[in-house]
Amino acid sequence: MLTLEKANVQLDGFALSADLQVAQGSFVAVLGPSGAGKSTLLGAIAGFQDLTSGRITWGGRDITDTHPSMRPVSMIFQDNNLFPHLTVAQNVGLGLRTDLRLSSDDKRRVDQALARVGLQGLSDRNPGQLSGGQIARVALARVLLRAKPILLLDEPFGALGPALKSEMLALVRALAQETDATVLMVSHEPKDASAIADQVILVADGIAHAPRATQDIFDDPPAALVTYLG
Amino acid sequence: MAERAFQLNRVSLAGAGALAVVLCLTAGTLTAVALRADSVGGLGPADWAAIRFTLLQASLSAFISVALAIPVARALARRDFAGRGLLLTLLGAPFILPVMVAVLGLLAVFGRNGIVSVALGQIGLDPISIYGLRGVLLAHVFFNLPLATRLILQGWQTIPAERFRLAAALGFSAGDVARILERPMLRAVLPGAFLVIFLICLTSFAVALALGGGPKATTLELAIYQAFRFDFDLGKAALLGTVQFALGASAALLAVRMTTAPGIGAGLGRQVLRWDARAGVLRLQDGVLILLAALFLVLPLFMIVKNGIPGLFHLPATVLWAAARSGVVALASAGLTLGLALPICALVVRRRASWAEAVGYLSIAASPLVMGTGLFIILNPVVNPSALALPVTALVNAAMSLPFALRAIAPALLDVEDHYGRLSDGLGITGMDRFRLVWLPRLRRPLGFSAGLAGALSMGDLGVIAMFADPEGATLPLQLYRLMAAYRMQDAAAAALLLLMMSLAIFWIFDRGGRGHADA
Repeated sequence: MLTLEKANVQLDGFALSADLQVAQGSFVAVLGPSGAGKSTLLGAIAGFQDLTSGRITWGGRDITDTHPSMRPVSMIFQDNNLFPHLTVAQNVGLGLRTDLRLSSDDKRRVDQALARVGLQGLSDRNPGQLSGGQIARVALARVLLRAKPILLLDEPFGALGPALKSEMLALVRALAQETDATVLMVSHEPKDASAIADQVILVADGIAHAPRATQDIFDDPPAALVTYLG
Repeated sequence: MAERAFQLNRVSLAGAGALAVVLCLTAGTLTAVALRADSVGGLGPADWAAIRFTLLQASLSAFISVALAIPVARALARRDFAGRGLLLTLLGAPFILPVMVAVLGLLAVFGRNGIVSVALGQIGLDPISIYGLRGVLLAHVFFNLPLATRLILQGWQTIPAERFRLAAALGFSAGDVARILERPMLRAVLPGAFLVIFLICLTSFAVALALGGGPKATTLELAIYQAFRFDFDLGKAALLGTVQFALGASAALLAVRMTTAPGIGAGLGRQVLRWDARAGVLRLQDGVLILLAALFLVLPLFMIVKNGIPGLFHLPATVLWAAARSGVVALASAGLTLGLALPICALVVRRRASWAEAVGYLSIAASPLVMGTGLFIILNPVVNPSALALPVTALVNAAMSLPFALRAIAPALLDVEDHYGRLSDGLGITGMDRFRLVWLPRLRRPLGFSAGLAGALSMGDLGVIAMFADPEGATLPLQLYRLMAAYRMQDAAAAALLLLMMSLAIFWIFDRGGRGHADA
């Protein structure tokens, strides 16, 4: 269980509060108008954004002041998920050892992870030689190796075309099920959310609302969601 | 956040160390100088003359450079021609050109036996002389006309192209464009350009040493050197050093307020289409101006190469040893510059401590000879300073190069952390891993450029080394000066060519090294 207890973030002229729980293994879409604080919510869970008050726990363990890398969290950003000067294999290998001194066993695991996301044979490429979809797959391979129980996705496939995007969403869904990961995914597309997510967290007017079942929230949308959906 | 605090402590520690070195070299040496200085009453007539001459030559140098640069920059801004890019690159070259090399080149063109005097002799006129004020001004304009041109050209290119289109649509003449578009820009740009050049010329030592001298053409820096080296009057040297610092600091404060960041090379490539300057007379005028400016820059360098080649392979052993010493000092100085700049940049970026960057810029106000005097006062009771001549030279040179390195590296590091900071934090790439796997590869370009610049500046520097070195421990610029003073012009020309090649080589190698393996 991921719990945000009366969590508050205050930035210049911007505030977000969240008091909610996410059950382990659920796939949650984070919806809401731009600028409402969807990315801030993910940043707070990942540890990039300090809380002004409140706390965050995972399975009862307080992670409010834990360094981002020590949290039970992997995050995929909108862009800059790979280091352009490192090869595909090195970028994935960072998920095992941050000094990149990889043993032959480590290298085998990197190759396995790349094979799982459909990138076998590309390990020596540079990110500059990859397509947008391939770059997202490399980031997912690293997520697999880090094997953290929570996966945060901050609109990672926004730049991809519709077909490629639904392909990537299906891959994320499959990987999450295999590893029993808890996923929070920021999205601008209500369609994506209803297609893939079990639950929806609505972020609007400075509040991240508790998750509701996807079917339920679209059948009986709260006022803020109606405004957003238009 | 406990882990984060630990990481930042290492950043803070290294940064504090680098800042401490910089503070020792600037504020520390200045304090030593101020404490040792005679009272202001100790300034004799010759010292007042040096102060007056320093201010006079710096003002005139800045004025002439800027005044000549305006039409040249205008010509470059509104004309496109084959070789324009090359000429713009060449305008950056004097920055890493050793002063002694330039002086020798200028003598070969404008000196008593130079090509201009010879040409004058053919039509029955007396040869010209470039010693004294005229020589100092000539050399300063040679170095700073290109700088002024670049600064003013940047100003021209801040005027949006749409304005010139609008001007054309309204039927402006060249005079209208000048009055309505160009003069307001110049009013904003010129004071900064003037002050920057004034500041540079204020600390002129090598030029004054080679072309000035005597009661009528001695700068403060030269006077410090003479009090120190010839009169062994440390109190007088320290007093002059204090005056030098006061002048430099005032000018630097003014300059910082008035200058819009000059930048080192970006964004000069664009040439704006102009409809008001199509008249044949204006085209001819611009062409002549560009040609003259290019000749003024290229001719002395050409003479260095032409005169230097014959003796290049018969250089005496003393010159070769001096060259080896210069190479070592330049490499050490390049390393020291990065060793100071990187921790300060890390502090600035990770700790959001922009004041740290300001400390790094302190050496702009200090002068190498003041630093040298201070270091001598501090070191003399402990060790024989001349035994430390080379390390001290490398260190002072590094302090002088630091502002340029900070300007290149700090924004780049900020950019790296902007793009990859969260990713690195999320993956737990911290400490040395972050330095090795993220910072170094992403900073290759600015690091290479900074190291090249620092190496070249140190290679050509003639300042502190002249104070500290004994006859056997000279660097190449000092040896070159000694050859000139002894009128061994053949050897001097060859040594100058060698020094020129070494300066360009060290810059090129480092800068090139930073550009390899383009990845994204």
